[in-house]
Amino acid sequence: MTNHFDVIVVGGGHAGCEAAAASARAGADTAMITLKYDGIGQMSCNPAIGGLGKGHLVREIDALDGIMGVVADQAAIQFRLLNRRKGPAVQGPRAQMDRVLYRSAMQKRIAKTTNLTTLEGEVVDITYANGKLEGVVLADGSTLAAKTVVLTTGTFLRGIIRLGQKATPAGRVGDSSAVRLAERLDELGFPLGRLKTGTPPRLDSSTINWDALEKQPGDEVPEMFSFLSAKPQARQISCAITHTNEQTHAIIRRDLDKSAIYGGYFESTGPRYCPSIEDKVVRFPDRNKHQIFLEPEGLTTELVYPNGISTSLPEETQVEFVQSINGLEQARITQFGYAIEYDYVDPKSLRYTLETRNLENLFLAGQINGTTGYEEAAGQGLVAGINAARKALCQEKIQFLRSDSYIGVMIDDLITRGVTEPYRMFTSRAEFRLSLRADNADQRLTPKGIEWGIVSTERKRNFDEKSRKLEYFREILVTKSLSPSEARDHGIVMSKDGVRRTGLDLLTYPGVNLEKLVEIWPELYEIDMKTATLLENDAVYSRYLERQNQEAKSLVEDERCKIPDELDYMSMKGLSGELRSKLNEIRPETLGQAGRIEGMTPSALAYILSTVNRRNPLGHARN
Amino acid sequence: MIFQAISEGTIFAPATAKGKSAVAIIRISGKHTLEILTNISGVNLRPREMVLRRIIHPKNREVLDEALVVYFPKGRSYTGEDSAELHLHGSRATLKAVMSCLLDEGLRMAEPGEFTYRALLNGQMDLAQIEGLGDLIEAETETQRKQAQRALDGEISHSTISWKNELIHCLALLETEIEFSEEEIPEDIKNQTISTLLGLRDTLLNEVKGVDMAERLRDGFEVAIIGPPNSGKSTLLNYLAGREAAITSNYAGTTRDVLEVYMEVEGLPVCFLDTAGIRESSDPIEKIGIEKTKKRAKDADLRIFLQEPNLATFPGVEWQEGDLKLMAKVDLVKENDLKGVSGLTGQGVNHMLEDIARELENRIEKVGVMNNTRQRQAIERAITYLVKAELELAGTNNGRSEIAAEELRQAIRALETITGAIDIEQVLGEIFSNFCIGK
Ligand SMILES: Cc1cc2nc3c(=O)[nH]c(=O)nc-3n(C[C@H](O)[C@H](O)[C@H](O)COP(=O)(O)OP(=O)(O)OC[C@H]3O[C@@H](n4cnc5c(N)ncnc54)[C@H](O)[C@@H]3O)c2cc1C
Repeated sequence: MTNHFDVIVVGGGHAGCEAAAASARAGADTAMITLKYDGIGQMSCNPAIGGLGKGHLVREIDALDGIMGVVADQAAIQFRLLNRRKGPAVQGPRAQMDRVLYRSAMQKRIAKTTNLTTLEGEVVDITYANGKLEGVVLADGSTLAAKTVVLTTGTFLRGIIRLGQKATPAGRVGDSSAVRLAERLDELGFPLGRLKTGTPPRLDSSTINWDALEKQPGDEVPEMFSFLSAKPQARQISCAITHTNEQTHAIIRRDLDKSAIYGGYFESTGPRYCPSIEDKVVRFPDRNKHQIFLEPEGLTTELVYPNGISTSLPEETQVEFVQSINGLEQARITQFGYAIEYDYVDPKSLRYTLETRNLENLFLAGQINGTTGYEEAAGQGLVAGINAARKALCQEKIQFLRSDSYIGVMIDDLITRGVTEPYRMFTSRAEFRLSLRADNADQRLTPKGIEWGIVSTERKRNFDEKSRKLEYFREILVTKSLSPSEARDHGIVMSKDGVRRTGLDLLTYPGVNLEKLVEIWPELYEIDMKTATLLENDAVYSRYLERQNQEAKSLVEDERCKIPDELDYMSMKGLSGELRSKLNEIRPETLGQAGRIEGMTPSALAYILSTVNRRNPLGHARN
Repeated sequence: MIFQAISEGTIFAPATAKGKSAVAIIRISGKHTLEILTNISGVNLRPREMVLRRIIHPKNREVLDEALVVYFPKGRSYTGEDSAELHLHGSRATLKAVMSCLLDEGLRMAEPGEFTYRALLNGQMDLAQIEGLGDLIEAETETQRKQAQRALDGEISHSTISWKNELIHCLALLETEIEFSEEEIPEDIKNQTISTLLGLRDTLLNEVKGVDMAERLRDGFEVAIIGPPNSGKSTLLNYLAGREAAITSNYAGTTRDVLEVYMEVEGLPVCFLDTAGIRESSDPIEKIGIEKTKKRAKDADLRIFLQEPNLATFPGVEWQEGDLKLMAKVDLVKENDLKGVSGLTGQGVNHMLEDIARELENRIEKVGVMNNTRQRQAIERAITYLVKAELELAGTNNGRSEIAAEELRQAIRALETITGAIDIEQVLGEIFSNFCIGK
């Protein structure tokens, strides 16, 4: 076996898999090292992929020929498009996973990826010289060299599991935590922080009284993640819904001081949007019930994930409060809920490629950067994987922009704003939300993926065919038009202003859809559902897209204006002390990024730009 | 964006108004300030310490003036650069001599606003503060000074922030409905958003009205004197013009039919208009002029109707709430209890001025904190977007919250041009503190 690679990815979680696959697609000789081969693709928490914002991320990963979407489609046991009744920009595909199917589909996918070697082992250290990384050291003492390394160790850095008053060092239940690696990062001056998250107890399906509960079936027409998938592979199931009650709350309140979270054992911050049941009961005392989704973890397992009661109360209390809930009176807990506290690296110390500034050639992706969620991890994995490969192969860096993807929004948020709680994607984080839809992720990103050489020929062919159709029908829609009175003849009501409306215009009228237009113009007859939906969705927002395009243009301008790495902010006395130290910490790479730093003023930006321009009077910062 | 036109070189400009005054101040700013200061006024200047020096032309050793000189080093000055002030004797000749000396020394006369721009460029203040400062310099009266001071103290930013927070609250409600539709959230969120938006719209509309008043404070209130021919309008105006503070003017654009007298009334800037031109006429051209004058009188902030007991009130200009009715030529009237005024003896003039001041001050009470056009436009833009958001929510299109949210973001953006930026974390924070959300 060779012990020299272009890229080594440490960790086989969601970030690791996506990073390794992307690096391999980009043509780098890649190795993925993980604790246990069998742990590849393990879902530590909720067995579901997607959701609002998160579903967008999965589509984007798929558009770049990533693996999460395809694997999720293979393992899904219930599909639901969230916000189906709302506008297309805020609809998010989500699916319940069979945990076992997901892991095995992911492992198969990894196994058949060319350019990719998988190794089992624990990385305990990294080697470096002159501020540049050279390789990794395994627990058995052997060393592997690499041009670049991507660390994706999730919650494993100095992870501590807390359950009631007990504390156990662990990366997640059943896995040991990575201490030496954390100490090394500390030593290298990486800014580390502490975060926490939690997980609910798991229940035995056969002990749940399903008949007493309200069922929640999946969608009749499932919305797949991958642009390449046609239909679900696994059998589809329903989930159920139940609620906590006053008695549940009384039990929780009684034992609050024994909860790891409330007993004052934690110093770290947990996510506001993922509160423990203790949190919910304390912060919203007037609510007399809280909703719980009972989600089967798979087709071949009895495990059920009760979504909504994440907790770190002692075992006895967990049993007592779970059994106070309707339908769960006899429920047996097979694995107790717990909270986990871990080190993360302040992502403000990263570049937009996710390379660290502290150590050249080292990239970080996933929960190690203070995020939470599989999709967020995978999105970062993709960015770090491509860039690590390109750096190893001496190719240009790739930057994702806020205006082209949720991935770009996430990366920019992380490196510019940092995190105060585990970072999760929301659609409201994307100011270009109306343009960045889940359904047009391929239109936005696949052409870039093709340019970067990370898209398979199959996907390319597929994409080209879809685009051709799209253009063909769009062309018909912009050339065909009706006068107001002709429109009236077809039952479309509009003001009689004598202005002709194109087919595309007509689509924005209430009650007008493509089906209607096919009646008017039979040449549209051959249009397929996917193309029709895309065109309709574009039409819905046409009035806003123009404005967003304008804004996107000026964003691109500002992103093109590079700020040199070594700019000495501390000597810029014209800036306030606060801004100076922020700039010094974040070290924005572009004027655009600088502008998004909290507390930035136009004057301060003008000042920075003037400094940059004075430094290189000939070739201004804008190139 | 303002990322270009980085201003260079050492600049100077007179900081006091043109014309005769006791002191004339010249401001200097830029890299070479200290060097030039030393050249013309000698060595050993200490930072921020005002000293009396002779200003000597370095070329011909001519003594130009005896002046107070103060040097502000970089980082601790108005512009953020090395800068200085020369307090000269306020004669035109002196000022001119010193200025040409500075030109000889290689300094450049500042472009209008260039000092402020440099201050901005050097991060010395935010936009709202700078505008407040501009007004402060222009402020001629006590009231105006207060108004400008409010902007400088950041009161403008404060109220903008509170509107922004309300908008953020609305946005948070909408986003809750979008991001957490799977969870149990109150059903009346949409109606709650609509009513908050309508309330905010009214606040902002009021603010825009207030802006009008604030502009009056800066540019002066108009008070029209109206009465039949020979009711003593011109005499009254001449009397007012004779008082120390008044200036008669022929502003550009003024029709020859309206005479203006600008003066300060208990600290308020007031422009009195003599509408002598209004009379019956059959001449078509003159008629146009008369209509214009009538309109001017109608649009004025206040009207004083001069009446004579045996004459009908003047036709064509209506009495409006708050206007004054005064007996004309009150010196000729025997009964003293009548409210009246005489331009001949000055009788009743002080009373009249008090009444005017009281009325105008009443109106100022309602003044908003915004004080210029740029800010007004920003609020108006915000209102436009806010109304669109409200229409979208209340409309027939099933109220698409993501579109309403987009309009609200634009509304917030508009307000941001007045001060500071909005942060999505604030919106998320609102959501999580108001709703029990998350699994
Ligand atoms: C208890 C718990 C609760 C959670 N709750 C939620 C939730 O409610 N909602 C949500 O969205 N997300 C939740 N998550 C987060 C979600 O599981 C993660 O965000 C996601 O899995 C992160 O992916 P990752 O690839 O960064 O890390 P992980 O999936 O954790 O993968 C880390 C990988 O690195 C490997 N590894 C670690 N150290 C080493 C080493 N030294 N050498 C070699 N390999 C190593 C591990 O074997 C593993 O394969 C939770 C996670 C945990 C543990």
